[in-house]
Amino acid sequence: MKKQNIIIRAVSNQLFIPIIALVILTIINLIHDPSFFRPTLVVNNAGNVVLSGSLITILDFGSELAILAIGMTLVTAASGGQDISVGATIAIAGSAMLRVICGGVARPSENAHSVLLAFFVACLVGAACGLFNGTLVAVFKVQPMIATLILFTAGRSIAAWINHNELPIVPDPKFGYFGGVIPGIPIPTTVFIALGCIIVIALLLKFTNLGLYTQAVGINEKSARLNGINPIAMKILAFVILGLCVAIAALIKVSRLSTINYSVIAKDIEMDAILAVALGGNALSGGKFNMWASILGAYIIQYLTTTLYTLNVQSDALAAYKAVVVIILVVFSAPTVRDGCGKLIKKLSPARKEAA
Amino acid sequence: MMKKVLSILMASAMTLSLVACGSQAPAASGEGAAANGLIKVGIINNDPNESGYRTANDADLKAKFTEANGYDASFAYSLKNDEQIQAAQNFIQEDVDYLLLSAADTAGWDSVLKDAQNAGVKVILFDRTIDADPSLYEASIVSDMAKEGQTAVDWLASQNLSEYNVIHIQGVMGSAAQQGRSGALDAKASAEANWNIVKQQTAEWNAEKAQQIVQSVIDSGEKFNVIYAENDDMAKGAVAALDAAGISHGVGKDVVVMGFDCNKWALEELLAQNWNYDGQCNPFQASYIDDIIKTLESGGTLSQKTIIMDEKGFDATTITQDDVDNYGI
Repeated sequence: MKKQNIIIRAVSNQLFIPIIALVILTIINLIHDPSFFRPTLVVNNAGNVVLSGSLITILDFGSELAILAIGMTLVTAASGGQDISVGATIAIAGSAMLRVICGGVARPSENAHSVLLAFFVACLVGAACGLFNGTLVAVFKVQPMIATLILFTAGRSIAAWINHNELPIVPDPKFGYFGGVIPGIPIPTTVFIALGCIIVIALLLKFTNLGLYTQAVGINEKSARLNGINPIAMKILAFVILGLCVAIAALIKVSRLSTINYSVIAKDIEMDAILAVALGGNALSGGKFNMWASILGAYIIQYLTTTLYTLNVQSDALAAYKAVVVIILVVFSAPTVRDGCGKLIKKLSPARKEAA
Repeated sequence: MMKKVLSILMASAMTLSLVACGSQAPAASGEGAAANGLIKVGIINNDPNESGYRTANDADLKAKFTEANGYDASFAYSLKNDEQIQAAQNFIQEDVDYLLLSAADTAGWDSVLKDAQNAGVKVILFDRTIDADPSLYEASIVSDMAKEGQTAVDWLASQNLSEYNVIHIQGVMGSAAQQGRSGALDAKASAEANWNIVKQQTAEWNAEKAQQIVQSVIDSGEKFNVIYAENDDMAKGAVAALDAAGISHGVGKDVVVMGFDCNKWALEELLAQNWNYDGQCNPFQASYIDDIIKTLESGGTLSQKTIIMDEKGFDATTITQDDVDNYGI
């Protein structure tokens, strides 16, 4: 009887799906090439000792996704919808950042303003985009996907307009540290940035009512309001937090190559961020959420991407594989399937006992 | 109620903006051009935001077709075929002398070009060809993407490496640039025993994707000594991955880096010998078009209908600062 309870509890745990995915991916990689998990120390072309290997690649490229997943989880929980303008707002925030650093010149010989100021401006721009989306959703009651469709469509053109269609290149090699490594530290900086974001959100969830209020608004807006929570403010707050996450992700993205390409930067990243939330077992219709499951989901998606590259899957087919994951997720999270599974396990357990 | 009002508002805003887009395009300048002896041209191009190539292309056209050079030019931009066709019809109604066209899509142009012919408007295609009867246009000035690929592959072959282990990073699959630039390399790799393609992946012109693809090859420990990226952005992403893993690249180094499009920053990488080769995709068609119009206006005939532009390939060992200034876009 106890055994059966453990199985049911494991299956119904929110972390069940991401952990199963993790195990499956790990088994595939162990069979294909065990060296996948062995990071090596190399000297990069700037003369620094750094860790290299598939695991490091996953941590590196998964970090920006994890940061976005934090904001996306809150937006999903509060509004019951998703923000599809993330990639486009990364372009806007990144473009604003470059505009400040390069001072509107395409090929400056030195930074016009400090990176710190530029990042601050990018945060303002990201928060403003979030405010715009949040206001449409919370005040005007537009469906989140439709509201964010506006910036999704217009964002990249706005980004190009900010820099007059120029593609500025940051001259200072130090700017590359954010998306690369800091000399003397062998681990990618992105890992630390993501860690910082995770700690901040952990503290916020632990010591403020952010989590509770967001869930209350997501579960039942009316009763939340009757209990003195302002649903409009909570929804807008969720979008603004996502906007700040976007600004941080933009810093990483722009820093990787010290330049920007408006039409392709962070392309389709919103889909990966939404997928991370779903993979974490969070209901896309809002309400209760588990932040850690979303963050784990983000790294698993990067794990999947890196694995597929290693297995030589054509990169334009990656989306198809992710679609398969979505199908499995959707099917498994459907109440009818969950109930069915529960019944099946109950049926199987006594049968096994009898056999024994 | 609120929702209804809002949706009506939004719908009307959208239609308004559509109308605005439609009318803003071709209208502009233009009356009484014949009177002052200017040649009236309508130029339909793709959106200059599309890429560095297009920005350079548009700037080149704008610099050439000025009143000082004897032209009265109107411009219309769109990445959509139907909007371009609409713009062409407007230009025909405005009675332009020449219609210059870089079509978004190859199909669907027959009827509007027939209208142009009936109205006595001469059509010149630039940059891109279309699927229409050649009698419908005077000339077409295009890049030969297959030749660009061939030039690059010939250059690579001339490097006499003992073995060619190539990471081939492709553009958006099916685009003319991708097909042309991939074709030559594919043919060479299957013909020669010491040419292997270690990895062939599309990064869809995206530097970040290229970086991840090259990173995955490095992580898996496969050997390679050539990066053949079908544009400069992707070459840059690939080089970022090499730098992170401490693999040397450039002239006389472990990995040969090849790009296309001749962005100014890319040619500077060549000049610094960090890259080895960059193939040109010539965006400067205006002077060719100008020559054609001058010939036709003076009653001459064109010796050939399809004009393929000169396109260079730059080698890091021979490139000069002048090349960077003249050919960088």
